[in-house]
Amino acid sequence: MTVTTAPAKPVLSLGDRVFSRSAVFAGSMILVTLAAVAIFLIARSLPAFVATDESASLLTSNFWSYVGPLVFGTVWAAALALVIALPLAIGIALFISHYAPRRLSQVLGYVVDLLAAVPSVVFGLWGIGVLAPAARPIFEWLNTYLGWIPLFSGTVSGTGRTILTAALVLAVMILPIMTAICREIFLQAPVLHEEAALALGATRWEMIRLAVLPFGRPGIVSAAMLGLGRALGETMAVAMVLSATGLVSFRLLTSENPSTIAANIALSFPEAYGENINVLIATGLILFVVTFLVNALARWIVSRRSEFSAAN
Amino acid sequence: MLQTSTPTAEGNTSVSITVRPVRAGSSLAGNRLSRATPWIVLGASIVASFALFGLLAAAGDGDFSLVGAILVGAIAYVVVITIMSAAVEGSRQAMDRFITAVVTGAFLLAMVPLFSVAITVVSNGVARLDGEFFNSSMRNITGEGGGALHAMVGTLLITLAATIISVPLGLLTSIYLVEYGRGRLAKTITFLVDVMTGIPSIVAGLFAYALFALFLGPGVRMGIVGAVALSVLMIPVVVRSSEEMLRLVPNELREASYALGVPKWRTIVKVVLPTSIAGITTGIMLSIARVIGETAPLLITAGFTASMNYNLFSDRMQSLPVYVYTQFMNQGNPAEAFIERAWAAALVLILIVMALNLLGRLIARWFAPRTGR
Repeated sequence: MTVTTAPAKPVLSLGDRVFSRSAVFAGSMILVTLAAVAIFLIARSLPAFVATDESASLLTSNFWSYVGPLVFGTVWAAALALVIALPLAIGIALFISHYAPRRLSQVLGYVVDLLAAVPSVVFGLWGIGVLAPAARPIFEWLNTYLGWIPLFSGTVSGTGRTILTAALVLAVMILPIMTAICREIFLQAPVLHEEAALALGATRWEMIRLAVLPFGRPGIVSAAMLGLGRALGETMAVAMVLSATGLVSFRLLTSENPSTIAANIALSFPEAYGENINVLIATGLILFVVTFLVNALARWIVSRRSEFSAAN
Repeated sequence: MLQTSTPTAEGNTSVSITVRPVRAGSSLAGNRLSRATPWIVLGASIVASFALFGLLAAAGDGDFSLVGAILVGAIAYVVVITIMSAAVEGSRQAMDRFITAVVTGAFLLAMVPLFSVAITVVSNGVARLDGEFFNSSMRNITGEGGGALHAMVGTLLITLAATIISVPLGLLTSIYLVEYGRGRLAKTITFLVDVMTGIPSIVAGLFAYALFALFLGPGVRMGIVGAVALSVLMIPVVVRSSEEMLRLVPNELREASYALGVPKWRTIVKVVLPTSIAGITTGIMLSIARVIGETAPLLITAGFTASMNYNLFSDRMQSLPVYVYTQFMNQGNPAEAFIERAWAAALVLILIVMALNLLGRLIARWFAPRTGR
């Protein structure tokens, strides 16, 4: 009856040890994989940073003048898509969470999620076959009547395959994820606040403005960031829809459009050889870093929110 | 306790009654538009818009534009109902009606691409959805005819290989995070899974290419490289969904099992996993549905070919999304044959993805554990 208060060390059976080791191993594989992604991309990119037009035929002078317009195009297309998709996503989320009949709302959520199930290559086909021809008259109208705005100036593209069409396709593609996040956050808005607002005589819109939107603002921001991350990395739809010439231009409707990093890789990689491959992988590395930063910012906003939402 | 909770429940119902429009003429509510008014205004503005566009078309100013008519009708409705409401009910109610119309419009607008994609893919894809499409490859075919059998086999093999790589890794990782993970390693892994979720698909393809090019020399194109690229995209989805499902398993079940002297690993295998297997299966189905439509990583890792290839470890391998892409981008003569094949393959692809999604949700519904309440 002496000192036996220290808990007896559990005797781990062989099965236990094997199982827990393999679980730790699998978890560590995630670490290894991500480290490998970073290391391989960096190692393969290094030659590209010092490449010249003599060693890599894709380049005209050096690497940075090649990647500059691509980065611009990537950010520009994604930003346009976000500007189009964000108000729509908020509207759809509000409709599903606060306007549609309760019984219908889950079904409507599924319907919006169906958009996420369409593969990007199908969106590419649709963009060329349906959206671009349909958008051309609208583009011409915009150019005729709003051509004094620099965005809509220039000669309208004959095919409709402009950066604005690509941004529209991107907007459709990022809509489901943004709607899903906004919807979740709007449904979590404290019911007591909503009822208090209604009891004070607020209309439904005033209730949403006073109780739902302030609560959901961090969620909206993070939805926007995640949507932006998706739009930055989206490849095939842009590669197929956009007829790119690879210059820096803010004009939305002309046939001279900046390309994006991802689309450029998809279009150039199958025929690439020698140091061109390194150049393309280096552009991929830059894309990886940009999307990583955007996503990290989004996660940080979400995690900050979860700390102070405990009061509700 | 019971008595305090009952009044609040009643309070809730009385609040929801005040939400509904009070009958017109009530001295408390002020003037209200009747319930039917918005619908009448909507019908009238759509009819007016169609009449306007019909007149324009009849006057020879281009074709009748259905989209334009609906759009103008919708805008007319928003304007008219806002003005009417402002005149009768005051500015606050007018704002409310305006936002209601805009929010509903946003939802309907989002339905347009969905239905447009569905209708286009089905109507264009049915033309070549014949026997030949399913039992022949593109070998020695330069014009009409040909099929996508090689692409379907390739998609099947590559996705299967990706699933075999990702499911054990993802599932074990989620078990680690839920059952074992404490401290820094678990936090790091959670963070890195988040990072992996955001990897652009083309970067995953570049990674797999760079990895294999290191050992096998540049220009490597094999099915297994594509499978590795896909599993980089698939693992985080499997981890996320399985983790969520494992956390739903009540702790009482685990404790009951420990109390009977069952070791931890047998508890996980015999109690935790069977309880959550429906949700885990759904997550895996949805993750397969996500990667099966990926084009970009397969385009740069598995490449494209016109021939059958059953071997993941040698030579290029066609897959359905890449088939759609190459048929459309490298059109030969006659171009219609290539475009029709692209649409038919797109239809097959979309049907597979939808079937996986549906099956996943049905499994979740059918085999959900009984909550006993």
